[in-house]
Amino acid sequence: MSKKINLTLKVWRQPDNRTSGRFEVYPAQDIDTDMSFLEMLDVVNDELEKEGKDPIAFDHDCREGICGMCGCVINGQAHGPDAATTVCQLHMRRFQDGMTLVIEPWRAKAFPIIKDLAVDRSAFDRVISAGGYISVRTGAAPDAHAVPVPKDSADQAMDAAACIGCGACVAACPNASAMLFVSAKVSQLALLPQGQPERDQRVVSMVSQMDSEGFGNCSNHYECEASCPKEISIKNIARMNRELTRAGVRS
Amino acid sequence: MVLDSKVPSGPISEKWTKHKFDLKLVNPANKRKFEVIVVGTGLAGASAAASLSELGYRVKSFCIQDSPRRAHSIAAQGGINAAKNYQNDGDSVYRLFYDTVKGGDYRSREANVHRLAEVSVNIIDQCVAQGVPFAREYGGLLDNRSFGGAQVSRTFYARGQTGQQLLLGAYSALMKEVKRGGVELYPRREMLDLVVANGQARGIVVRNLVTGEIESHAAHAVLLATGGYGNVFFLSTNAKACNVTAAWRAAKRGAFFANPCYTQIHPTCIPVHGDYQSKLTLMSESLRNDGRIWVPKKEGDNRKPSEIPEQDRDYYLERRYPSFGNLVPRDVASRNAKDMCDTGHGVGSTGQAVYLDFRDAIDRLGESAIRSRYGNLFQMYEKIVDENPYKSPMMIYPAVHYTMGGLWVDYNLMSNLPGLHVLGEANFSDHGANRLGASALMQGLADGYFVIPYTLGHYLATHKVEDISTDAPEFKEVEKQAANRIEKLLNINGKRAVNEIHRDLGLLMWDKCGMARNESGLKDALKKIPEVREEFWNNVNVVGSPGSFNQNLERAGRVADFLEFGELLVHDALERAESCGGHFREESQTEDGEAKRDDENFCYVAAWEIDQDGGNPILHKEPLEFEEVSLTQRSYK
Ligand SMILES: Cc1cc2nc3c(=O)[nH]c(=O)nc-3n(C[C@H](O)[C@H](O)[C@H](O)COP(=O)(O)OP(=O)(O)OC[C@H]3O[C@@H](n4cnc5c(N)ncnc54)[C@H](O)[C@@H]3O)c2cc1C
Ligand code: FES
Repeated sequence: MSKKINLTLKVWRQPDNRTSGRFEVYPAQDIDTDMSFLEMLDVVNDELEKEGKDPIAFDHDCREGICGMCGCVINGQAHGPDAATTVCQLHMRRFQDGMTLVIEPWRAKAFPIIKDLAVDRSAFDRVISAGGYISVRTGAAPDAHAVPVPKDSADQAMDAAACIGCGACVAACPNASAMLFVSAKVSQLALLPQGQPERDQRVVSMVSQMDSEGFGNCSNHYECEASCPKEISIKNIARMNRELTRAGVRS
Repeated sequence: MVLDSKVPSGPISEKWTKHKFDLKLVNPANKRKFEVIVVGTGLAGASAAASLSELGYRVKSFCIQDSPRRAHSIAAQGGINAAKNYQNDGDSVYRLFYDTVKGGDYRSREANVHRLAEVSVNIIDQCVAQGVPFAREYGGLLDNRSFGGAQVSRTFYARGQTGQQLLLGAYSALMKEVKRGGVELYPRREMLDLVVANGQARGIVVRNLVTGEIESHAAHAVLLATGGYGNVFFLSTNAKACNVTAAWRAAKRGAFFANPCYTQIHPTCIPVHGDYQSKLTLMSESLRNDGRIWVPKKEGDNRKPSEIPEQDRDYYLERRYPSFGNLVPRDVASRNAKDMCDTGHGVGSTGQAVYLDFRDAIDRLGESAIRSRYGNLFQMYEKIVDENPYKSPMMIYPAVHYTMGGLWVDYNLMSNLPGLHVLGEANFSDHGANRLGASALMQGLADGYFVIPYTLGHYLATHKVEDISTDAPEFKEVEKQAANRIEKLLNINGKRAVNEIHRDLGLLMWDKCGMARNESGLKDALKKIPEVREEFWNNVNVVGSPGSFNQNLERAGRVADFLEFGELLVHDALERAESCGGHFREESQTEDGEAKRDDENFCYVAAWEIDQDGGNPILHKEPLEFEEVSLTQRSYK
């Protein structure tokens, strides 16, 4: 059954990347527990707008947990308290009446803040552009059944490909490492026969781009896996390390 | 004005092949001289941008989101059709063509649909080569599932994330071209207007959503792949940023808008549960394979579903359509649910829902079998509704899902405005009055990978397109207009939030121009929409500055365009006094209450010309001729 709760929000407000930010306090009154977390922010924002005040900026789009656009840290947890859940799929029944929620953006050197809770994740695009693909021209593909793929490899590739690129792994990691994100793409393509020709070169250039973007190292905290809304496994990181070794030996 | 569809002559199965040969080519060295703007990075836009860059064109790619990978296509769940006939169950290009024309209730262009079916097979090859992890069987070959409106198994899928995987494939092709230097990315840019010079589409004016700057971009051709307009209803299954702005702005610059009233309402979505609701969530159509739909027989019966005995339940689809039962097409299932709720049989706290019950399937097959078929959907339902669908029936209600209407294009995907090409959900071309499941993904990728790479070259090779710079007065004028409009929005200083007025519009559209439409309701809507628009321009409060990251301003601009476009949609619905596919006019039904087409008077595409203010619509008709498929009345009894 839905009910109404009152909350206090402490939200990070920062006008842009050049200005420093600070927490501001907002009451969130009469919040229906059936609301999603983002709908709760909508309600707070509608009130701010009506008063002529600047609403809280936050990225979002699909609100179904698949586009990877949303994301913020709630009381220290990336995407909030529920496992395998993006903030757009988090519901207010998860919180108790009277609670205070501290809401912050992803914090990482490689993700500069744009405004309030919105950050710039273009570093991820540049890492993919460094090699996260199979170089096949449109029209040049053989029949889809020309190369069978063992079901197990296809399933594992799909597990890795489920990554939505939200950046929670980076935000949750004490070193702001992007290893989970990068390794998911490296794994997907390394597991498929189509990915073999560029396998060595791909991992080397993606990792080198990752390093140059200012992401930190992985020191096995596993926070990335715990925060991942799509349950991407840290096994991918181990696989990526093996791929790197393999590429090193072969070059 | 005569609308020339440019459909090639000859037998249907040879049209595209012949046309490809007849199209003029741009020689490889010259391609580099041409710049192409692609707005949108969904399946249609990303595949087009990547493929054109591979050919040697210089491409600029724009999207609203922070990365091209996040376009709305990412949310598609079920699958993508292709006439591979890997199942040996009698599928063929012709059958896919036939099913699609029939599914569209005979309101699409035959030649386009046939081409779509032809290239569908290449799409699957291309995606597999890119590393898209489609579901496979133990032998390592691709698996298929069945979808509505077809008697063969031709749907390819990647778990419940087919759209995501196809989009990531197209995105990877795009990023490969970014690396090569053929594509320049412009994320977090919103197209505010189209620039026309010398009667040709020559560029766009965008707002940089981070800095607020107004930028101009010039090119030799402009491609819009900006998706559908379902959010004119406020609540829909579309992502929040889906909008009509790019298409509407192009329409105001002279491109015709075709069949805006063709909107698809999906029968199985999670119902509205509060005024604060921001969007609706789809529950896959596959659930209707095992779920039984019912409502209490007695009006206003508010007992718990478990307390309502069998004799007090009305399994209305099974009763009304004994041969198709719960598997009637989307439009029929949706209208019946509405009918039940309108007559007081709806359930849930709002009375705007019907039950989708798995009790019998669980009794018959066991809970674990149901879990393995639909586990992720049940989990999503439970997360949103906080009720366990294994224990009590799901509550569902129809919701706006897809828009078949869009900018008018010819066989080459070019609008009536030379140089402006339109791809994917943003055009009107292939689905007629109703789209079959798993066909939108197919169309987006067909347009981008396999049609536009041929037809764009023909345009550039046969038209004189002079060089133009963004300093030209045409650009400066449009920039000024865009800036003025932003200024105007920020100076309204009223009392209401943008969302509130968008919701007002949505309720009105849903009420008068939703699942069922009639003359007096539509006329009433035509009176009321201008009032809501008035309220917006007098009483909304858009805060913040133009020169900053300002989401309030972004939303306001989109809603302002919906407020104009909504009127055209209703106008089209009023003009089309027949029922067809997703467009149900209560005046035009069979004796048993089914949609009744009027082929004599309405077998045409309605292409609307509007003026610079978005008003005074003038109707241009493109007659639809059916050479292959004969027109019949659909029946599912
Ligand atoms: C929940 C859901 C499930 C679905 N499931 C299926 C399915 O299983 N099978 C199927 O075939 N179809 C399905 N569909 C339909 C299908 O997903 C869409 O029709 C299709 O993906 C549209 O692709 P597109 O490339 O045309 O546009 P979109 O993917 O919508 O992309 C639009 C692009 O345009 C950009 N854009 C828009 N406006 C502007 C502007 N003003 N300025 C700059 N950029 C702009 C956006 O940023 C985005 O990049 C589903 C739809 C929904 C809502
Ligand atoms: S808004 Fe798309 S994942 Fe949350």
